[in-house]
Amino acid sequence: MKAGSRVYSTVTKVEGPLIVVDGVEGIGYGEVAEVIMPSGEKRLGQVLESRTSRAIVQVFGGTRDLDTDVTSVRFSGETMKIPLAEDMLGRIFDGVAQPLDGGEPVIPEVIRDIHGTPINPYSREFPRDSIQTGLSVVDGMNTLVRGQKLPLFSGSGLPHNLLAAQIARQAKVTGQEEGFAVVFAAMGITHEEASFFLKDFRSTGALSRAVIFQNLADDPAIERIITPRLALTTAEYFAFTRGMHVLVILTDLTNYCEALREIAAAREEVPGRRGYPGYMYTDLASIFERAGRIHNREGSITQLPILTMPDDDITHPVPDLTGYITEGQIVLSRDLHRKGIYPPINVLPCLSRLMQGGIGPGRTREDHAEVNSQLYAAYAEGIRIKGLVAVIGEEGLSDTDRAYLRFSDRFEREFVQQGLHEDRSFVATLDRAWDLLALLPRKELKRIDTKWIEKYHPAYRERSS
Amino acid sequence: MADPGVIIRITGPVVEAAGMTGARMFEIVTVGFEDLVGEIIKLEGDVATVQVYEETAGIRPGQPVKRTGRSLSVELGPGLLGTIYDGIQRPLREISARWGDYISRGATMAPLAREKEWELIPVAKAGDPVSTGDVLGTVQESDAIIHRIMVPPGISGTITNLAGEGRYSVDATIATIRTGGGDQPLTMVQRWPVRLGRPYQVKLDPEEPLVTGQRIIDTLFPIAKGGTAAVPGPFGSGKTVIQHQLAKWADADVIVYIGCGERGNEMADVLTEFPTLEDPRTGQQLIRRMVLIANTSNMPVAAREASVYTGITIAEYYRDMGYDVALMADSTSRWAEAMREISGRLEEMPGEEGYPAYLGSRLADFYERAGRVRVSGARDVRGSISVIGAVSPPGGDFSEPVTQNTLRMVKVFWALDSDLAYQRHFPAINWLLSYSLYGDAVEPWWHRHAGPEWARMRRSMMEILQKESELEEIIKLVGPDVLPETDKLVLLEAEMIRENFLMQYAFHSYDTYTDPGTQFMMMNVMFTFFAKAGEAIGRGVPVSRIRDLPVMGRFARMGAVPVDERPERFRDIMAGIDTAMEEGEG
Repeated sequence: MKAGSRVYSTVTKVEGPLIVVDGVEGIGYGEVAEVIMPSGEKRLGQVLESRTSRAIVQVFGGTRDLDTDVTSVRFSGETMKIPLAEDMLGRIFDGVAQPLDGGEPVIPEVIRDIHGTPINPYSREFPRDSIQTGLSVVDGMNTLVRGQKLPLFSGSGLPHNLLAAQIARQAKVTGQEEGFAVVFAAMGITHEEASFFLKDFRSTGALSRAVIFQNLADDPAIERIITPRLALTTAEYFAFTRGMHVLVILTDLTNYCEALREIAAAREEVPGRRGYPGYMYTDLASIFERAGRIHNREGSITQLPILTMPDDDITHPVPDLTGYITEGQIVLSRDLHRKGIYPPINVLPCLSRLMQGGIGPGRTREDHAEVNSQLYAAYAEGIRIKGLVAVIGEEGLSDTDRAYLRFSDRFEREFVQQGLHEDRSFVATLDRAWDLLALLPRKELKRIDTKWIEKYHPAYRERSS
Repeated sequence: MADPGVIIRITGPVVEAAGMTGARMFEIVTVGFEDLVGEIIKLEGDVATVQVYEETAGIRPGQPVKRTGRSLSVELGPGLLGTIYDGIQRPLREISARWGDYISRGATMAPLAREKEWELIPVAKAGDPVSTGDVLGTVQESDAIIHRIMVPPGISGTITNLAGEGRYSVDATIATIRTGGGDQPLTMVQRWPVRLGRPYQVKLDPEEPLVTGQRIIDTLFPIAKGGTAAVPGPFGSGKTVIQHQLAKWADADVIVYIGCGERGNEMADVLTEFPTLEDPRTGQQLIRRMVLIANTSNMPVAAREASVYTGITIAEYYRDMGYDVALMADSTSRWAEAMREISGRLEEMPGEEGYPAYLGSRLADFYERAGRVRVSGARDVRGSISVIGAVSPPGGDFSEPVTQNTLRMVKVFWALDSDLAYQRHFPAINWLLSYSLYGDAVEPWWHRHAGPEWARMRRSMMEILQKESELEEIIKLVGPDVLPETDKLVLLEAEMIRENFLMQYAFHSYDTYTDPGTQFMMMNVMFTFFAKAGEAIGRGVPVSRIRDLPVMGRFARMGAVPVDERPERFRDIMAGIDTAMEEGEG
């Protein structure tokens, strides 16, 4: 029963981003539709529910000016697809993959379904190549690995864009200079923010190896549902067909989830937490799980999604569900930002789940895992003592407590803080960590094996040199 | 088979079909021209509602829905161990070999390899009367596991024919049983509907610990063989690492690991790492005692709902052979959410937080399939299933419905704590909130295998930790200086327990597993020290001086000492304590 394209002008209901078309026949679930407005303008839509003689269509361009009289809908008989080609590198598209740079449409080498197909878990290669971002607080504390999905949890007004751009600029795997590409998907961000990224990509020459999809704040909100899927289908093409290492930056996931909620509300679905749909976990997973590596294939997809936590609340459903799917998170802190520290990353709630496989001898350095654990313990202790000082004053502290206070303060100023264009190697980061650990009495370094202390502790380094 | 029904509605993973008169609840159907697998979850008139285990994009009204007459069931027989399946028991390795790196729609293959032959050793003989659970023969499935070929539930009679010793494929008839209803040919495979527990004779009380090599678990919050445990925690608190540690080191014969709605890379981790690890007891590859069920978060949601049942049915099958099985479900919250998603599509009246009203009873049914039992069959054989379920509460809030309904069922609660995780104190099990109701049941075992002081030290450890948290409250108000020396000693003791004993580094080659004997020794040296320190304080030695004794450093990283150096380290500490105290006084 191959259904070709069929046109119906039987729209019976328009509500929110949805229209109901009656009297249809054999419309496929998920099929793409073209909505032709009274003015002749065309908008893209997708079938959300299909019945024997009725289809519910979400209209990506929004439903403004649609009517139930003249408006017609042409069903394509196919699910949503994107044309892909190598010369997409350096191009800029809108949120539904139409060129924004005045260039020609893409001449497809392949055409792929934007929803992708799940990678067979058996075919996945466990990611182990650590990426040097040049940022101590990431490399030393929460190492990023090729094929990982590591989101930035941020808040309004925090410098997550600067940070994402710096990571995109500096990220490298030492000793490997293979093909590298950036796919950037903007969802509901402002012109100013988008233009910051474009400028940065341009000035560093990264634009020539980037593909940009942008749905800005004043573009139709419902389009945001497909923008990340276009970006990831493109990324999969470059990674697994062309063998490149692709870094995907998705920003801002919170806007994406809002769009998801809008559709759920229009469909009068039973809401989950805070009105977000109950299937939001599954929906977000269908985005994030497209990161990874595949056995016997060259390329990789590393995702760096950005989301702003409403009211800086990490338990809000958007960061919460994200954190359960992604392989860790980098959390930005307003307190550190106020102190003037860049990048303002609070390491305590941060995590990189794939770090253990990516560090150690032959990868970063043999002492990395234990130094990391010790830094965490020491910084947490410093913060705890700082809380105590607020109540009882510094007089009641022991010398060891004071050492921890000094440590945590300098950790923020010297280890976390670094310049916008400062690029530190893994070794430089670890040596810096040792300089700070030397502020603590030696007996406090309980998490580090004596043999690493004797090899890397400044007290020993000086003696041997 | 009856005429196919016709699709009248598609919304996400839920499809409605008309013309389905005669179809049964939970019957398996195939949907559309690609024969996607689905299960009937609602019947109304001649309309059946079907949850489809595969992506439904492109399916159209008017396409057929065909009945199979079967309910969702699994194949049980030799070849399960070391295999990775999806939620409805499709073998992922074979699927990738045939269909490539992505799971294409409609890809199906037999769960057990048809071409492989197994060496059967018959143990029964023609003429024997047999019934459910009696063993007909055995197959060496892996180095350590002898697979017992059993009479399937519901069949009893006399063996009229039994294959001789030799190599057979799983489809070959190896026995014929004369039953009241005629001759019944049997192969090495049996099928069982996953939503129904397999029969056993009687349930027994748990009495042995499931030794995990994780100190805080084995010593403070033990789980028994046949017991149930829940591990709830916010993201990043280490649920998955704990589940992996238990899958690696728990002293069960067979491990069933269900990755339910979790990350693909975690499954890749298991598949990469486990073949490189050896079972400390048998020396065989750990993967050879494991059955993996992987239905990651991006795989179809209905199959996620089924994955938990698929896993526990396989666990029951090995239990029926007389093995101790441990099942890890990571995460039961994703399973509950799959139920919620399907329930929402059915437009059912929601219960708490949108979950269906039957959430509690489904969780109860699942956990009740755990337990230690006398298995079916004439012999007196015991087997057990221990279930460890991870829970992922939204926002880390334990008051949410999945955590609360789970806690009503399980006997062990390992509460994960984000503050501990922030300090990289792993396992991040909060010692004040967690509990185990098996402490008394496993005490005799510990006294036999470790020493009679075990229970006393365990209780004492809990008291010290409890006291510490009370003292912390006081310190927050008035500072540490005003505390009497005896209280300062409690703080020191608690710190030593936390850092030297409870904290355990999963990625360290020795610290990752501590045998019960060593756990006992570690406790013993600490408590010897505590006693001596108490005496010294009685003689006026300040805690600050004890804190600075060189012997303190000998306690650090005790668990990371290589196995063969441990006795020496413990002797060394014991000898050091006395001299140290004298120095401390001097």
